[in-house]
Amino acid sequence: MTTVTGARHGVAFWLQLGFTLLVCMLLVAPMLLSLLAGVTENYLVGIESGLTTRWIAEVLRGYSDTILLSLQVALACLAATLVLGVPVAYVLARRGNWLTRLFEELLTMPIAVPGLATALALIITYGGVGEFRRSWLFILVGHVLFTLPFMVRSVLAVMSAVDLRTLEEGAASLGAGFARRFFTIVLPNSLPGILSGSLMVVTLSIGEFNLTWLLHTPLTKTLPVGLADSYASLRIEIGSAYTLIFFVMVIPLLLLLQALARFGQPPR
Amino acid sequence: MSRDPLRFEPVPVRLNACAKTFPGGTRALEPIDLEIAGGETVVFLGPSGCGKTTTLRIIAGLEQPDPGGSVFFGSEDVTALPIERRNVGMVFQSYALFPNMDVAQNVGYGLRVRGIDRRRRDARVGEMLAMMQMEALARRRIDQLSGGQRQRVALARALVVRPRILLLDEPLTALDAKLRDGLRLEIDRLLRQLGITAIYVTHDQGEAMALADRIVVMSGGRVVQIGTPRDVYFRPADPFVADFVGTTNRLQAQAADGRLHVLGADVPWAGATGPLAVLVRPEDVRLDAVTGQAEAKVTTAMFLGDRTRLVVETGTGETLSIDAPGRASFAIGDTVRIAIDPDRLLAMPL
Ligand SMILES: Nc1ncnc2c1ncn2[C@@H]1O[C@H](COP(=O)(O)OP(=O)(O)O)[C@@H](O)[C@H]1O
Ligand SMILES: [Mg+2]
Repeated sequence: MTTVTGARHGVAFWLQLGFTLLVCMLLVAPMLLSLLAGVTENYLVGIESGLTTRWIAEVLRGYSDTILLSLQVALACLAATLVLGVPVAYVLARRGNWLTRLFEELLTMPIAVPGLATALALIITYGGVGEFRRSWLFILVGHVLFTLPFMVRSVLAVMSAVDLRTLEEGAASLGAGFARRFFTIVLPNSLPGILSGSLMVVTLSIGEFNLTWLLHTPLTKTLPVGLADSYASLRIEIGSAYTLIFFVMVIPLLLLLQALARFGQPPR
Repeated sequence: MSRDPLRFEPVPVRLNACAKTFPGGTRALEPIDLEIAGGETVVFLGPSGCGKTTTLRIIAGLEQPDPGGSVFFGSEDVTALPIERRNVGMVFQSYALFPNMDVAQNVGYGLRVRGIDRRRRDARVGEMLAMMQMEALARRRIDQLSGGQRQRVALARALVVRPRILLLDEPLTALDAKLRDGLRLEIDRLLRQLGITAIYVTHDQGEAMALADRIVVMSGGRVVQIGTPRDVYFRPADPFVADFVGTTNRLQAQAADGRLHVLGADVPWAGATGPLAVLVRPEDVRLDAVTGQAEAKVTTAMFLGDRTRLVVETGTGETLSIDAPGRASFAIGDTVRIAIDPDRLLAMPL
């Protein structure tokens, strides 16, 4: 299909190529510049001022607690969405009636509603419970609300693609009770969906800002909240170094997610 | 097939007044009573939607019969037992093999569920695969198997746990014709060799005739006839059965005073009197230039090798299918004389 000789391409081709490259530039250039700023001695002088890891070290010194809290929240969020989301997806996959469909719609509400609104609702409801309001669990609840639909959708997609009902009937005919069927048939055959859902949840949780910004307290700052702080109040190099650390954490997850999306097709 | 690791206890099955109404009101099954002897192969035969699968699933324990119905395996009432406690082997049209396991793991699943240790499990799986001549496939993934191989794995998986009865729901329907014949022979041999009580669901009359000790013909949620393949073929209970099992011609007739008036001629008759519909199979209509009762014109001649299937139109305007010997040749428009023995006619009330 593709021709090697440039002369064969029409104007339309070059226009499209140019446009694509332009869009890529617009998307990638700011990120690259920001990353570069994170290792530049002095951003105002420019790259001539020399490269350094000093800013990164400073961020790690000052903000390592936000990084740790982000990881902690993300992992706890993952655990919660697994424990809640996989059974919910299973019920939705096995019992398709108006009730489960209604529930499925309700579940996507936190995606549709702005994060700030969800956060406000949480504060109105639980803000008075001081101990809870001050703990990181408050943030966790927000994250679980926000990410659960992604887990459920992702698992449900795979569960609907394999004929779980018949597989389970086959297993039951061989003597397997519910628990055994769930762990030896349902879970393994839903694994691609569970994996991609997990990566999505972790990625979303680490990067979540809208909700978290309202839910956090000075003692419960996550990485994106810290990032906002540092942008607002510190040198731009520190903010950029912070971004760099964020990228290093999130990019492998995103790549894994892509790989899984490609290989994670449910087995036929 | 010389090794015989399995010989089954023949367990009889009894259904008492089993009906099924699905939520939403679909009456899939009228109350049926059925006795299946130990070791017998019974085939449920009928058009799609007639309730065969529902009946099978009630026996399996995948559906509950409406209140009042009960299922017995031998003398044990299993109505309240879920499928996992009934110890039945089940083979599905869609195979239902576990994609997350290889062939040997699939076959060994039921043994693992029963807590049989690794060594004995491997031995029995090996024996089973050997019996099905599938040792070479043991480590294959399911998606690396052909349809026929998948269904044989499914059979092996169902049999290895020594179920009390074997239930098969259209196991050959998803396969292409060539494979279907081969696997049907294999299933037939297996069922006879093992002596297991087997219930086989199909909409294919050829499969039913070949496999069944007895056929249960179903229509619209009812059992319309139970009998051996010969019974069902030669003494169909009604025109529906006659038509569903093989091909039949349906003719208008009038009986009185020991004579039956059919195809414009009279034949001796000892059966019912009055206006009748009579059924006759294509192979029971003879071509006889001398004694034939009626004249007919050939409208279609289809050479099938062993025979020629003719469609003829009689002077009375009726159309008949006739089987003529393969070596006789016919042209459209030929005139033939046809003869029917009265004892090959089946009278049905109008
Ligand atoms: N789960 C179900 N819910 C409602 N109706 C059903 C269900 N299963 C089967 N039926 C209906 O019951 C009737 C008999 O179905 P089935 O036993 O599957 O027929 P067969 O196997 O002979 O093709 C059909 O009309 C079918 O639509
Ligand atoms: Mg069916």
